[in-house]
Amino acid sequence: MFKDITIGQFYPTDSVIHRLDPRTKIIFTLVYIILLFVINNLWGYLFATAFLVFVVIASKIPVSYVLRGLKALVFIILLTMILNMFMTPGTVIAQWGFIQITIEGLRVSIYMAFRLILLVAGTSIMTLATSPIDLTDGMESCMKVVPLLKRVAHELAMMMSIALRFIPTLMEETDKIMKAQKARGADFETGNLIARAKALIPILVPLFVSAFRRADELATAMEARCYRGGENRTRMNQLQFEKRDAVSFVGMSVLTALLIGSRYLTWPMPFPFG
Amino acid sequence: MSLEIKHLDHIYSQGSPFEFKALKDINVTIEKGEFIGLIGHTGSGKSTLIQHLNGLIKPTSGTVYLDGRDIFEQNKKEMIQLRHAIGLVFQYPEAQLFEETVARDVAFGPKNLGLDADEIDLRVHSAIDMVGLDYDLIAEKSPFELSGGQMRRVAIAGVLAMEPDVLILDEPTAGLDPRGRDEILSQIKKLHDAKNNTVILVSHSMEDVGRLSDKILVMYQGETVFYDTPAHVFKHVEQLESIGLAVPQVTYLMHALKRTFPEMRDDIFTVEAAREEINRVLGGNKHV
Ligand SMILES: Nc1ncnc2c1ncn2[C@@H]1O[C@H](COP(=O)(O)OP(=O)(O)O)[C@@H](O)[C@H]1O
Ligand SMILES: [Mg+2]
Repeated sequence: MFKDITIGQFYPTDSVIHRLDPRTKIIFTLVYIILLFVINNLWGYLFATAFLVFVVIASKIPVSYVLRGLKALVFIILLTMILNMFMTPGTVIAQWGFIQITIEGLRVSIYMAFRLILLVAGTSIMTLATSPIDLTDGMESCMKVVPLLKRVAHELAMMMSIALRFIPTLMEETDKIMKAQKARGADFETGNLIARAKALIPILVPLFVSAFRRADELATAMEARCYRGGENRTRMNQLQFEKRDAVSFVGMSVLTALLIGSRYLTWPMPFPFG
Repeated sequence: MSLEIKHLDHIYSQGSPFEFKALKDINVTIEKGEFIGLIGHTGSGKSTLIQHLNGLIKPTSGTVYLDGRDIFEQNKKEMIQLRHAIGLVFQYPEAQLFEETVARDVAFGPKNLGLDADEIDLRVHSAIDMVGLDYDLIAEKSPFELSGGQMRRVAIAGVLAMEPDVLILDEPTAGLDPRGRDEILSQIKKLHDAKNNTVILVSHSMEDVGRLSDKILVMYQGETVFYDTPAHVFKHVEQLESIGLAVPQVTYLMHALKRTFPEMRDDIFTVEAAREEINRVLGGNKHV
């Protein structure tokens, strides 16, 4: 049940995307997300999709792996599409009773689907191609330049890296406790909703107990090694921009220009976009 | 109940870069009433194997038959029924305690069996006795205020209370003090002698499995290396050592003695048997 969540997972390969500085990847992802909201026609979405496909290929991560992250979101995407399709006022093209589809609705729902899919796929590709350690290092140094976040950048990054570090541990723990209770005849798979919710107690109680114990032990271990927060802390591996990062930033500028420019494209477009 | 493991393969995370072949073509038959010691280096696939035996994880290929019935062909309800017959005590089982009192935690399994209240009380009582705890002292305590060793016993009692026909224990004594270890093992042996249930004991200690088991199953990197009586398995000293295991200390002693006293038997793996044998060979020499 947890196997389908790819956001936050790391898929190691030796690609150039993996070797980019994490700051480059974080900034790139942020810019990409903002650009997704700037786009206002099909051409823009086609460019954005083509770019993402290029990144996925360059990262050497199997497409199926990136798509797996979307599977969890199919329901949300469909719901957004349906709501937009039926709720947007405009020129009616089909009608059953009081339910109607408009050209505008059709258009908006397709744009929405594009936007959500690219948003999720874009973020997953970043986390898939960046090791958790790099990711938090990158976040920390990105946050350091934001005035409000500057003072807490290190603490936030540390919290994040601990959280990321413990996601697999807690999942394993959940899996183990679940199996142990199943071995005692617990039944999570049959029965009504209330029965199933109640069946979760034998999992949640031990899980919380162990999570708190782990947190406590980790805090002690960190203090025993004189951890005092970010002040005057140096690091073993300094982040370093390379030539490939410079190339990426040029690529990012081109993409930005292209996507903003796409707003003014007036080439004929297919139905329902024309 | 006999358990028949046929061509069992298990691959973790198949199709991802973390793919790992944990079991390779396991073929083992366990007869009713046997006491099996399962031994192998860390990571050799012991825990993976035993989780197949009550259907907690599905094989990649191959299957397990319980009294001739393929356990992976059962529907959900039948699968739960099956888990009643096969009790599995996980490694570090104290992590599964969740109830407010010890008695209620031990009652969780029997309750899932759908037994009536009197029968549940009876079983909880006898299970707590069986693991060497004092019911009156401990039954109403919170399981979280007990010592590590006591928690372990309570967790084991939680499975014993279900009175399974096949009892599987995954390193039940890991991290316990020597005395706690001996007590728990001798309770398991006593229960086996009294009820003639099938027991599968996963352990790291050659001494323990040698002393307790009818047969030893040795695993290495997901494969079975030996499946035989202790006396036969312990003959392969070099092979056992090459896969990171050893024979009991006393067997080494007997091997060393055999060099001086060729008539000494060396297929001995308990201290009692060694004492008798040494007495036999060295006769009236009572210094040993
Ligand atoms: N949930 C899992 N996902 C991936 N690999 C696993 C998982 N559980 C165990 N393994 C791997 O399978 C191998 C066998 O593990 P296990 O059966 O626990 O061995 P043992 O109990 O003999 O120490 C180990 O190398 C372990 O890393
Ligand atoms: Mg194990």
